Amino acid sequence: MAKTQPYDFSLLHKFAIEDTYIVLDINSGIVHSLSKEAWDFLEGWEQAGGDLEQATALLQTTLPLGELEEIRKSFEELIATGALFSSSTVEENYAPRDEQIVKALCLHVAHDCNLRCKYCFAGTGPFGADRSLMDLATGQKALDFLFAASGPRRHVEVDYFGGEPLLNFNVVKELIKYGKEKARETGKILKQTLTTNAVLLTPEIIDYLNQEDVQLILSIDGRPQVHDQMRPFISGKGSFALVDQRIREYLSRQKADTYYVRGTYTHFNLDFCEDVLYLVDRGMKRVSLEPVVASPEQDYALQEEDLPVLKEQYARLAEKWLQYYREGKPFQFFHFNIDLNKGPCLLKRLSGCGAGNEYLAVSPLGDLYPCHQFMENKAFCLGNVFTGIQNQALREDFRQAHVFNKPECRGCWARFFCSGGCHANAYHFHRDLRKPYELGCELQKTRLEYGIYLQVKVWTDRQQEQPQEA
Amino acid sequence: MMEKKVHIQTINKQNLVQTVQKGGCGECVTSCQSACKTSCTVSNQDCQKQ
Repeated sequence: MAKTQPYDFSLLHKFAIEDTYIVLDINSGIVHSLSKEAWDFLEGWEQAGGDLEQATALLQTTLPLGELEEIRKSFEELIATGALFSSSTVEENYAPRDEQIVKALCLHVAHDCNLRCKYCFAGTGPFGADRSLMDLATGQKALDFLFAASGPRRHVEVDYFGGEPLLNFNVVKELIKYGKEKARETGKILKQTLTTNAVLLTPEIIDYLNQEDVQLILSIDGRPQVHDQMRPFISGKGSFALVDQRIREYLSRQKADTYYVRGTYTHFNLDFCEDVLYLVDRGMKRVSLEPVVASPEQDYALQEEDLPVLKEQYARLAEKWLQYYREGKPFQFFHFNIDLNKGPCLLKRLSGCGAGNEYLAVSPLGDLYPCHQFMENKAFCLGNVFTGIQNQALREDFRQAHVFNKPECRGCWARFFCSGGCHANAYHFHRDLRKPYELGCELQKTRLEYGIYLQVKVWTDRQQEQPQEA
Repeated sequence: MMEKKVHIQTINKQNLVQTVQKGGCGECVTSCQSACKTSCTVSNQDCQKQ
């Protein structure tokens, strides 16, 4: 009998959570849930160096022959349909497109803030430059630039950002109106979001933003003491009481459920799962809580030795997510949101966040940067909204910083989920766009495993409810 | 009669390799714009075509 080639297990990612055994076929993105016997088969197969005949022979002592044959046949069927050990030629042929399109702007309408958050990457508002507000003419010019630079794209996006954008609400209001007019004129679909600390979010402003379909991203860190420790007012007093009241007012007045409340966890609240649950139990059903990104010398920075605790927290959060889901009170945790069937195409996953290309940030004076996290770093200025993009070489650097050009990413199982991670983190930790931030990678991979695990659990629950669809 | 045990269940049908043919329209949401201003998670966006 001709010897078959051993199967390459670097094409798979397999992991077990509790009694759930999962294998991800990396290139196809297809996920399989395995019985314990099939998992043992796969383990034995890998230990046999990928040799299927050898694995089958070895496993005859541990699995009944009929079962062994059945499992093997199932695996072979998956291989034949490209759902296991699938290969891809995309890497060999991939060249990121140079379309010169900008479809999303992070509009820094205020480089000032009414809070003094201790971990703020914006240096409490001005990003190391002067405290300033964007004027209406610059904002309008930015929108003109976006609508022109988006070329054939129908969907365009603006996030009103800061600092605190509500410090410049009159201009924001005019820009919302102006953006809508431009969308009407050009036949485009404009999505407008506003990221706010909620301090100035009065009922009148809430109603206005709801009426104009502006989606809100509201910052709150969780339990009062956790929030107050890191997010004080200028006076030093904690902002939780007001922010919490404002956000709950917002929740009571909105119907679209397009918001996110987002927070940051730090070394001071490694038990961040409690913060997520605290927010959820207060009615905030769409939550994102993200790890702080900070220089290791900061006392609030996450350290490598925090990883085991953080991983346990994601495990606990996943169990709670499932419990709430099964009790009929589901919530969304942004980093667990993975839709395995309707997710982005591979080309999107390769182009990543689009910073420096499709996505740019605009300073109050109209200068263009690759994203909000490079704001006011003059070495990263791409041009401005009045004269357009001048620094094409920098744009090309960002375009080429994709997973296939990052040695650490090329062999990583998560490469088509995270797209190589955040450019800003890579730069700030390593001064190299192609060298990912390791701690961020570890957390990302943990979140992805739990996100996939939850998809498997939900799918299994649904199958049990409706077995005829299996 | 005892029910036959299913050893492998495939959770999703979308095959990323095949999305290369029809994908890349660029109409999807920018990943860092919503709820994710300090981390990058591209896979949790939805495809606008589906």
